[in-house]
Amino acid sequence: MKASIPTGTSGLLSSVAESAFAAGVGFLASGILLAVLGKDPIKAFYYLFEGSFGSANNFTITLAYAAPLILTALTFAVGVRAGLFNIGAEGTLYVGATAAVAAGLIHLPFGIGLLFVLIAAGAAGAAWSIPAYLLKSYRGVNEVISTIMMNNIALFAMQFVVLNYLLDPARSDKSASIPVDSRFPTLLPPNLTVAIFFSALVCFGVYYYLWQTPGGYELRAVGLNPEAAKFSGISPRRPMLYAFLLGGITAGLAGAVEVAGTFTPFAIYTGLSNLVNFGFNGIGVALIGRNHPMAIVLAGIFLGALQAGASSVQIAGISFEIVEVIEGMIVFAIAAPQLYRMFRRRLK
Amino acid sequence: MSFDVTSVGAISVISLDFMVPIAMTAVGEIFAEKAGVVNIGLEGVMLTSAWFAVLIAWTVNDPYLGLIGGMAMGVAFGALHSVISVWLKGDQIISGVGINLFALGFVPFATFAVWHVSGVYPPVSFSFGRIAEISTPWAPLSYFVPMSVVIAILFWYVLYRTKWGFQIRATGENPEAADAVGIDVEKTRIIAVLIGSALAGLAGAYLSIDVVGQITKDISAGRGFIALATVVFSGWNPLVGLLGALVFGYSEGTATWLAGVPEVRSAIPHADYLLGAIPYIATLVVVAVAIGRSRPPKAVGIPYKRE
Repeated sequence: MKASIPTGTSGLLSSVAESAFAAGVGFLASGILLAVLGKDPIKAFYYLFEGSFGSANNFTITLAYAAPLILTALTFAVGVRAGLFNIGAEGTLYVGATAAVAAGLIHLPFGIGLLFVLIAAGAAGAAWSIPAYLLKSYRGVNEVISTIMMNNIALFAMQFVVLNYLLDPARSDKSASIPVDSRFPTLLPPNLTVAIFFSALVCFGVYYYLWQTPGGYELRAVGLNPEAAKFSGISPRRPMLYAFLLGGITAGLAGAVEVAGTFTPFAIYTGLSNLVNFGFNGIGVALIGRNHPMAIVLAGIFLGALQAGASSVQIAGISFEIVEVIEGMIVFAIAAPQLYRMFRRRLK
Repeated sequence: MSFDVTSVGAISVISLDFMVPIAMTAVGEIFAEKAGVVNIGLEGVMLTSAWFAVLIAWTVNDPYLGLIGGMAMGVAFGALHSVISVWLKGDQIISGVGINLFALGFVPFATFAVWHVSGVYPPVSFSFGRIAEISTPWAPLSYFVPMSVVIAILFWYVLYRTKWGFQIRATGENPEAADAVGIDVEKTRIIAVLIGSALAGLAGAYLSIDVVGQITKDISAGRGFIALATVVFSGWNPLVGLLGALVFGYSEGTATWLAGVPEVRSAIPHADYLLGAIPYIATLVVVAVAIGRSRPPKAVGIPYKRE
C-alpha cells in the first residue's frame, strides 16, 4: 500500500498522473469489453458524459451520488493511513442509514432533527466498527475478513430491522421516510442538497485531524511504520481504535446522507436496494483519490458522475452496473503502478 | 419442531452442498498463498465464473462444458492477477479489490447485455437438474462432495509430500533462498495462482450449474471471503481447510434448514434474515477462537524483486 501514498509535491503530481492514466486504461478496457458484447462504446461514453455533466440538473445528480461515496471513501482512506485495510464501509453504511431512519421517526424541529439523525447515524457506524477493532487488536484477526463478515451481517440484520420495525405503514417496499425537517436542506430542487457540502466538510475535518493534530500524526506514524512508531513510544492500539471509529463514523454518516440528503423518497427500500454498493464503490473512490481526503472529493465527483451517467446509459441498452465494470478496470491499473511507468518510458 | 435423525440427515445434505464451494476455493487459495500470492478477489472470481459457466452451458446445452468454462474463467482471472501481482510487482490486495469491484458490475451488466434480463438467468432453473447424484435416505448428494475431499487430500499431498510442493512452500516462505537454489520464483507463483484460481472458478460454476441452476448477481454471497477466513483458520493446511469448510457448511446448512421450519417462521417475523447472518457470525467466532496458532507464509503478499 505504501506505493499509493503520495509524498511531497512531485509525488502528488505523479499521483494525479497515475490516477488519470488508470482512468484512461479503465475506459479503454471497458470500451473493448462493450464492443465485444456488441454495444457501441462511443455511444455509451457519450451517454455517460451527457447524464453526468450534460446539464445543470444532470450535474446535481452527479453531486448527489458523490456525497455518500466521498464519505465511504474516507472510511477506506483513514484505514490505509493507519495501515489497515478496512472494507467495512458497505455494511456500516447500511447500519448508519437504518439508524438515520429510526432517528427520523422522532419528529423534531428544523435543524435539530437533522443533527439528531446525523448523530444517530455516526454513533451507530462507530459502534458497528468496534468488533473489527477488538478482533484485530486482541485476537489478530485480519480486518479484511472481519469487516467483510460485518458487511454481510449488516446486510441481513438491517433488512430484518427495516422489515420488522421501520416499514412504511402505507407501503411495503420501503421504510418510513425521514421527515422534511430532519433532511438536508434542498438548495436546487430536486437533487441538490446541502449533503455534498457536508461531505466535503467532513473530508476537510478528516484532513485536519490527520495532518494537524497529534492524534492524526500518531495514526499516520503507525500506518507508515508500526515498528518505528513503537520505538518512538506510540502504542499501536489507540491509533488503530481511532481509525476504526473514524471510519465507522464516516460510513455511518454516508448512510445518513444517502437517506436524508439525496433522492426521494428519503427512506430505505426493501432489499436495501438504494444503499448497496456505495460502500464498495467508496473503495474505488479512495484508491483513485490516492487515499487523500481532499483528492477524494474530486474522485468522489468522478465516480458520482459515472453513476449519474449510468442512469442515462440505460437508454443505449447498457445496464447501470457498467460503473463497477469501469471502476474495476481502473483499480487494476492502480494496483500495478509499474504499468504507468512502462507507459511513461515508452513516451520518452 | 421435530429434531431427529431425519432432520439431521437433511441438514447434513444441505451443509455438504455448502461445504463444497468453500472447501475448493479455500484449498486453491492455500496453494496460491503457500507460493506467496494472496487473492482477496476470490469472491469476484467465483461470481464471474458462475456467470460464465451458465453462458457456456446455455450456449452449448451441456452442463459439463459449463463447469469447464467456469474453471477457464477462474484461470483467466488467475492470469490477470498474476500479471498484476507477479509480473508487474503490483499490489496484490488492490488487484483483488479490482477483481471484486469488476465482478460486482460485470455479472449484472453482462447478464443484461447477453440475455436482456436483470439479475437472474435463466428465469427458471435449468432443466439439467443436479449433475451427478449419490442417493441418500434424505436427499441426493452431489459427486462434488467426495470430489472436494479428494481435492483437499491431493493438494495436501502435493504441498507436503512432493518436491514441487516443497518448491512452492519455499517460494512463499523465503523467495530469496528459493531463487538462490535455482527455483524460478515467478513461474512457481504464477502456476500456483492459476491452479488456485481454477478451483475458485470451478466452485463458482458448481454453484450456478449444479446447486442453483441459474446465475444470480449475488450467487457467491460472501463465500469467497468465507473461504479466505477458512484459509486463516486452517493454518494453511488443506486438510484442516476441509474441516473448516465443513464447519462453515454446517452453519449455513443449519441456518437454511431452520429458516424453513414453520415454527421458527411463525415465532419470529422475517426470521430468515436473522438466520441468514449466522454463517458470517460463525465465521467471525471460529476465526477469532482458532487464530492463535495460525501463521501465514512469510513472504505472502510481497512481490519478489530480484536484487
